[in-house]
Amino acid sequence: MLRLFGKILRTGIVTEAPPRDDEIAALGAEVKGLVQRHFGGSLAIREVDAGSCNGCELEIHALNNPYYDLERYGVHFVASPRHADVLLVTGPVSRHMEAALRRTWEAVPAPKWVIAAGQCACDGGEFGVSYASCGAVENVIPVDVRIPGCPPTPRDLLAGILALMRRAA
Amino acid sequence: MSVAAFIEACRAAGLGLLGTDSDALRPATTVDVAAPDWAAAARVARALDLRWAALWADEVADGLRVHCCLEGGGRYLVLRTHVAEGEALPSHTPIYPAADRPERHARDLLGLQLADHPDPRRWTRHAAWPAEVHPLRGDRPLRPEGLGPTPTDHHYPFVQAEGRGIVEIPVGPVHAGIIEPGHFRFQAVGEIVLNLEERLGYVHKGIEKLAVGRDAEGLARLAGRVSGDSTVAHAWAACQALERAAGIEPPPRAIWLRALMAERERIANHLGDIGAICNDVGFAFAQYQLTRLKEAWVRASAAAFGHRLMMDRVVPGGVAVDLAAEAGAVMAAQARALAEEVAAIVAILEDSESLEDRLMTTGRLAPEQARLLGAVGYVGKASGQAFDVRRDAPYAPYDRLPVEVPCYRAGDVAARAKIRADEIGISARLIAALLETLPDGPVRAPWRSPPAPAEGLGIIEGWRGEIITYVRLDREGRVARFFPRDPSWLTWPALELLLQGNIVPDFPVCNKSVNGSYSGQDL
Repeated sequence: MLRLFGKILRTGIVTEAPPRDDEIAALGAEVKGLVQRHFGGSLAIREVDAGSCNGCELEIHALNNPYYDLERYGVHFVASPRHADVLLVTGPVSRHMEAALRRTWEAVPAPKWVIAAGQCACDGGEFGVSYASCGAVENVIPVDVRIPGCPPTPRDLLAGILALMRRAA
Repeated sequence: MSVAAFIEACRAAGLGLLGTDSDALRPATTVDVAAPDWAAAARVARALDLRWAALWADEVADGLRVHCCLEGGGRYLVLRTHVAEGEALPSHTPIYPAADRPERHARDLLGLQLADHPDPRRWTRHAAWPAEVHPLRGDRPLRPEGLGPTPTDHHYPFVQAEGRGIVEIPVGPVHAGIIEPGHFRFQAVGEIVLNLEERLGYVHKGIEKLAVGRDAEGLARLAGRVSGDSTVAHAWAACQALERAAGIEPPPRAIWLRALMAERERIANHLGDIGAICNDVGFAFAQYQLTRLKEAWVRASAAAFGHRLMMDRVVPGGVAVDLAAEAGAVMAAQARALAEEVAAIVAILEDSESLEDRLMTTGRLAPEQARLLGAVGYVGKASGQAFDVRRDAPYAPYDRLPVEVPCYRAGDVAARAKIRADEIGISARLIAALLETLPDGPVRAPWRSPPAPAEGLGIIEGWRGEIITYVRLDREGRVARFFPRDPSWLTWPALELLLQGNIVPDFPVCNKSVNGSYSGQDL
């Protein structure tokens, strides 16, 4: 146990200051205020993989690592669409996930927002529209914000979430 | 296993072999058998203790050509047969349970008819296209007109268990975490799982159909998205298959850089998995420490190769980016430091009795079960199956490097975590060795299409285990058939077995310890 505590102490805090370029720094300050004012201090996101290759999920996971520590903005991931303000959807929507994505969206209480995360979610990406794929998320449910990238980096995702906050407020 | 022994045993069993070829699908030897002898050939293979590894079918003028890949002692065999239109192929599933889902996949997508297959249910096909439609057939368009909304798949006939106190728990396809979609159906008594049935196919994106007509570069891009966490491994396997088909030799420096990226990919994913396994039993310390190390690691990948996951860096003929001289020195030092730090963290984890209590004996896959299912990668290695393509069927540059292969027999979650930890140290040493011997020179050979129709096989060790990729090119050098066999095909069935008798709350940690790719399996 002592070694464990020693490791924690020696590691210290690695969380970085919010990204330093001015636009995002401003958004970061803004979003904290917006989360406070309009979302009771916390914004809840339900992530839905509607057909991705799993690359986007790796980067969304990274938002929770100690470097980005998304929760410090008052933004956190929840287990149920019933608890969510926002759906963060990845992948081209596979036709096998079409009904599940619609149902998940319907289960989110209003007001609700949808972020399409990753190139596939924005425009179908490498997979496009086919017998097996509906392509972009907006072909299935309405989308408020698009975050391109294959996959988008955690920083891109962060900027996208902040952009949504500004729009939703 | 020698190929000669297999052929001799087939002859002794009275099978008419239609020919063998050791060049058509290097490094495998192809053995053509008549369709009626298909199951008998598998029985001979089983008697010789060969591992059943893959099956794919390919449409030809007057029916289907079916391939089955087998492995023994690092030697690969590809059985081939021709099934005429309207005829049924004897199933391998009664002989090798690993054949079950691959055969059903070929049935769903190409209309392969199977005699004696024990399971008539669909697998990859849900309700998105009608039962009689086989989308991989040449006469089926990639983008059919007039597709309405997809009906739900709630009529799938799951296996049932009945009795006093038995409850059924459906989970998914949308899960509670940040994870790929799939459906799991549990039957449990109290907390004890009697039966788990997986229903996958939710992320079927038509990858095999999308590949048709692509050029080599387009195929590599697609292969890099079969499973995003294995982008280097899948792109490498596809490029290896393409290069063998076209007779192109990538320059040595490119091969070394591919291996460097593949070892970096292995370490990144193992770091994430060990942390997530511990986190699933409430041990957050490991999660925070290891995701911290993983973030630094993928940032270094981006600095060296220009992409955090190294997507689209492996291309036909070589690699898309060179490694700067100073970046190599940084990388070697970083690998050494990481290995030391991981070792220290793992020592702390091994110190924790509460962690040990949750991970040891949990989700046990017995070695004999692993053998029967042909499990590869860390799932196989944790259950006594010490197979690694890099060591046992080495391809460049691993034919020049010693590759240690950890192996345990406990087969539990703890053993699967331990394999990952061991492999981080081994890969760090491989990275150092690769950097020390990194050849100079160009990093890409020009791609030229083969002058005639050609085919090739790529076999490489991804971080999840062996990947087998088949590519056939038409006379214009366009892709006519692409089949990437992710190791998950062989480990998803293992999850069903190893969960039996465990408690429902241990499902997440069991699942994470296997960490099958949904996308790589659903295709």
